[in-house]
Amino acid sequence: MKQIVVISGKGGTGKTVLTASFAALAKNKIMVDCDVDAADLHLLLQPEIKERYDFRSGKTAWIDRDLCQECGQCIDVCRFDAIRDDFTVDPISCEGCTICSYICPEAAIKLEENLSGEWFISDTKYGPFVHAKLGIAEENSGKLVSKVKEAAKEIAEKENLDYVIIDGPPGIGCPVIASLASIDLALIVTEPTLSGIHDMERVAEVSKHFKIPTKVVINKFDINPGNSEDIKKICQEEDIEVMAQLPFSQKVTESIVQGVPLIEFCKDRIAEDISLLWERIK
Amino acid sequence: MIISVASGKGGTGKTTVAVNLALSLNNIQFLDCDVEEPNAHLFLKPDIKDRRIATVPIPDVDESKCNYCGKCRDICAYNAIVVISPDDVVKGGSVLIFTNLCHACGGCSLLCPQFAIREVNKEIGLIEAGNCGDIEFVHGRLNIGEIMSPPLIRQVKEYIDSNRTVIIDAPPGTSCPVIASIKGSDFCILVTEPTPFGLNDLILAVEVVKKLSIPFGIILNRADIGDDGVDLYCKENNIPILMRIPFDREIAQLYSAGIPLIKEKKEYINKFNGLFELIKNQRVIS
Ligand code: SF4
Ligand code: SF4
Repeated sequence: MKQIVVISGKGGTGKTVLTASFAALAKNKIMVDCDVDAADLHLLLQPEIKERYDFRSGKTAWIDRDLCQECGQCIDVCRFDAIRDDFTVDPISCEGCTICSYICPEAAIKLEENLSGEWFISDTKYGPFVHAKLGIAEENSGKLVSKVKEAAKEIAEKENLDYVIIDGPPGIGCPVIASLASIDLALIVTEPTLSGIHDMERVAEVSKHFKIPTKVVINKFDINPGNSEDIKKICQEEDIEVMAQLPFSQKVTESIVQGVPLIEFCKDRIAEDISLLWERIK
Repeated sequence: MIISVASGKGGTGKTTVAVNLALSLNNIQFLDCDVEEPNAHLFLKPDIKDRRIATVPIPDVDESKCNYCGKCRDICAYNAIVVISPDDVVKGGSVLIFTNLCHACGGCSLLCPQFAIREVNKEIGLIEAGNCGDIEFVHGRLNIGEIMSPPLIRQVKEYIDSNRTVIIDAPPGTSCPVIASIKGSDFCILVTEPTPFGLNDLILAVEVVKKLSIPFGIILNRADIGDDGVDLYCKENNIPILMRIPFDREIAQLYSAGIPLIKEKKEYINKFNGLFELIKNQRVIS
């Protein structure tokens, strides 16, 4: 079994469009959406949800006003400024460290487990799909990423699947690091803009830091061919293979509007290039 | 006034809007809070005058005082501490701190019965400050391999100068880094594009700004591609669309080269001034 994650550093470079096309091209696989706080892959895979699970993670403090003597010790000890002057807790700021509950001399502070989101196992016409929805303004997206990855891996092992195809989150922080754990290939999709290059270099450093085999795809390479050449040079210096360069195409937006993987939407050059890319990955 | 620029989906044009709005107005302070992937400096090319290492306090155990009672492990809500008993024949007594899991709450050093824990600073990133013409510029850069960006974002926001109009470029998404960035703003611009992805992520972003009770409005980027889903959603929910930027290969090319849009397309200076007026009035309404 091979686990492949598509990441980018910068958002909006084409991760989800590429992942959905791989979903349509690969055989014997499971898909995962690890962009848990702005998940989009379901809009292309049109899943039918089969199983739903609550994601509980972390805690939030609340103060029992009947017991509280307003001594203010909790306010002093909270490093996240989560306790207001009127001795109520701002649940958005509270990081659930629980320290206030140890300090309170009246034992007035309780901690409640958060329902931080939901995750799903679904069927799609392309195969099984594990995805999630992080609650609004919730934390612990990294843990939810680990959860969906774990669930997908279990299914892949049980059903003897060959590929776990993962749509990764943008950035380089906690959800990205969680999605890189025990991955066989990190495919970075970048674009020939200064931002795209800058962000690719940062996320490539992260995957290198965790010793994950890493390759690059340049999307919309023809928007700025000079920058695309620069990307190739950078990758050569870093010993990272550039696996493909995909042209800009209006069809990408059209396929998103139709809600189908690009590869099924058109037979243009970009579709051919993506098929060839998948042949090389697998 | 603090105006933050956010979006659920990445790559919709947050930085373009933030940078060009900043360049079109006077008396601006610009904070790039996308500390995982800061990009605004590529356009503003600030003259960096001050560099500061950003740190968080993490525990350091003095094992000569520690009696391996395990209190720190028990109270740590993030499982960042493992205590190995002195009876363990292989490892002997020791306390292991997993610094990547630590939220720097300070609980263990406060509650250790032996006073064996003090806090030491751990580097998490870099804060750079300078200026670009009249614009005061600050951004943070999270260190590679570092998990938690919110502490760094909060430290960037400590630079806020209330005598200026502050523009915050926020990271994409809807979780803790976004909250840390936009919290306390007087207005939030949500930048999106008219596609099902843009709409899906916009709806999530709207829920976030509503939860934080921040007045907000939408900028529709590449406004003439895709479908009318975002328009219909905004109409149904009475959300103002503050500005529309059409898809234009020239804009895309300028962006790719790191050239701010208003440098070549001067008509946008007026548009961004108009946007600022709208925001000021909007704030009075909501
Ligand atoms: S649990 Fe921690 S973060 Fe939450 S209110 Fe108490 S001290 Fe503050
Ligand atoms: S400072 Fe808080 S989070 Fe860090 S190890 Fe100590 S108890 Fe755990």
